[in-house]
Amino acid sequence: MRLPEVVRHSWTVASKDLLIEFRSRTAIVSAAMFVILVLLVFTFARDPTAVAAVDLAPSILWVTLTFAAVLALNRAFQLELENQALDGLLLAPIGRSSIYLGKLLANLVFVGTVELIGVPLLALFFNVTVWPYAAPLALVIVLATIGFVSVGTLFSAMTVRTRVSELLLAVLVLPFMIPPLMWASRATGPLLAGRPLSDIIGWLKMLAAYDIVFVGLALLLFPATVNE
Amino acid sequence: MLRAEELHHSFASVRALDGISFSVRPGQTLAIFGPNGAGKTTLLKVLAGLIRPQRGHAHVDGGRRAIGWIGHQAQLYNQLTVKENLRFWASLYDVHPPGELLARLGLEEHADRPVRALSRGLLQRVAIARALVHNPAVLLLDEPFTGLDRTAAETLGRLLAQHAAAGRATVLVTHNVEEGTGLATDVAFMRAGRFVHFAPRAGRGPQQVGEEYRNAIA
Amino acid sequence: MRLLRAGRWITSTALLLLAGVYVRALVYTPLERMQGAAQKIFYVHVPAAIWAETAMILVGLASVFYLFLKDPRLDRFAAASAEVGTVFAAIVLTTGPIWGKPIWGTWWSWDARLTLTLFLFLLYVGYLLLRNAVTDPAERARFAAVLGICGMVLVPFIHFSVYMFRTLHPMPIVLKPSAPSLPPSMLVTWLLSLGVFTLLYVGFVIQRYALSDLREQLEAAGDGGRGTGGERGDG
Repeated sequence: MRLPEVVRHSWTVASKDLLIEFRSRTAIVSAAMFVILVLLVFTFARDPTAVAAVDLAPSILWVTLTFAAVLALNRAFQLELENQALDGLLLAPIGRSSIYLGKLLANLVFVGTVELIGVPLLALFFNVTVWPYAAPLALVIVLATIGFVSVGTLFSAMTVRTRVSELLLAVLVLPFMIPPLMWASRATGPLLAGRPLSDIIGWLKMLAAYDIVFVGLALLLFPATVNE
Repeated sequence: MLRAEELHHSFASVRALDGISFSVRPGQTLAIFGPNGAGKTTLLKVLAGLIRPQRGHAHVDGGRRAIGWIGHQAQLYNQLTVKENLRFWASLYDVHPPGELLARLGLEEHADRPVRALSRGLLQRVAIARALVHNPAVLLLDEPFTGLDRTAAETLGRLLAQHAAAGRATVLVTHNVEEGTGLATDVAFMRAGRFVHFAPRAGRGPQQVGEEYRNAIA
Repeated sequence: MRLLRAGRWITSTALLLLAGVYVRALVYTPLERMQGAAQKIFYVHVPAAIWAETAMILVGLASVFYLFLKDPRLDRFAAASAEVGTVFAAIVLTTGPIWGKPIWGTWWSWDARLTLTLFLFLLYVGYLLLRNAVTDPAERARFAAVLGICGMVLVPFIHFSVYMFRTLHPMPIVLKPSAPSLPPSMLVTWLLSLGVFTLLYVGFVIQRYALSDLREQLEAAGDGGRGTGGERGDG
């Protein structure tokens, strides 16, 4: 059974992106280094006697992931700039949605990989128990990440050819990252304190609603960023 | 095979296309000559479906699936190999790269080299391979001879002749009258969004067409 | 030109009326019992906040229509509304602390309206920066429209976040400067002020719109006089 075209084409675009990223490894290594460094900054900046690590951990986690995500977003359309490959994508008989979804998927895998490195490190540096709560925590992380990355992927298509593209992207996308950041942070706290999933259902619903709204909106608006 | 009807398109206050109508039949190669700013690239983009014209209509039999584009930019990924690039582009058209494509362009020994390691001439040939990978019925070429080395230029000429011989259509835009004339079955001069000349080449050589062009456009 | 003059008229009238409202506020409206003279800022602060948010919604709506209709006038209106919205947001963000210091004892508090307006301000600045960074006019209009729509859609989510944030972080001081229940004379002053700010919004937007219209006409005339003019993307 052949998968619907959109799925196939999105996967083609995403796998091409991921092949390029993981072959050169520069981007993923830099992002991982960035996460480690930010965690270190927080470690040394923190007054250990002031607040318990477990109370601070959610905020630190989400701030770190937010910054790492912003840095990672620019690469998606940067790839297409070199030899104007984007024009080739637009000429091909694929829907514009496939391009957006492919980029979104590649970005999610990329940011997800960075998160896989960051969360254990956070647990290590701040001596926070994470493993028993891994599954619900993963759910929160996935929902929040989709929220950040969906908007960021859309905006990166617009900023990639501007002069200070990375900085501009960060400025544009941060207001859109704050609500999911807040909800995820609020949800992570109780989880790390061992509270059940039912306690944070409200936050999860907000995150899911945000994701659905903004992925949908991005799909609708993406063609306007590439069509003339 | 390809048809344009009363195309009009403006950018801000500039009229890029001001009433263009023509058609290209199978086996024909239309060469459109014009100075910079005449609207040639815009016309090609409308034909390719990249721009929707403000007025008028363009139609290519088979749609985007049937179109191959060769322009100044290679549209390749530097970090992927030649084979990987071709496979990627082919899959977007739901085909596999034809086995003999690399051979036709003399690229077999470079198949597994990353594109960024290729010389300019080789890169150009890979770009041509990319455009042909899905066996397009219509070729659109935007200043294809700019910066081509001799081997690549000869290869391109040969391929275009084969393409036409196979009963396919080509539209080629360029400001280089000398190089374009030899390949054309029909010739057009474009200025300020309009055709000021449109006729079969009918045995005219590059010199003659060049002179007529300079007279028409001056 | 006529539009610009009309805009100037409206704005000047509105500014005069604003002065009038303030006279009424300062002289004829009673002092609020607990907050004293500082409360008078409320007559500027709140209408400005209402219009800062409304301007963002209007930017979003104009952007939606622009993407469907491609009319450059809608884009010009969106840009004008965004600039005016930025100014109004700045007014809220400066009057807020001025009002807050004597009453709360701190310059800043994460009061619902201030936080929301801060978000709006950041969205506006981003919008204007994006417009500034894109050179091609058609591309700029499209991109700004995309951002404008996203901004408009974010507003309800911000409301929710701010509400949640505030219920988790109680206000430092007893008083709520946000919405005191108003005796009639204050209500009238407040409504007058809202009316004046509406007029100010309209006047500023018309002026800004007219100015960009004039600038575009000027640029087009300059290009036309130069012969073939540059064409985007053509070889």
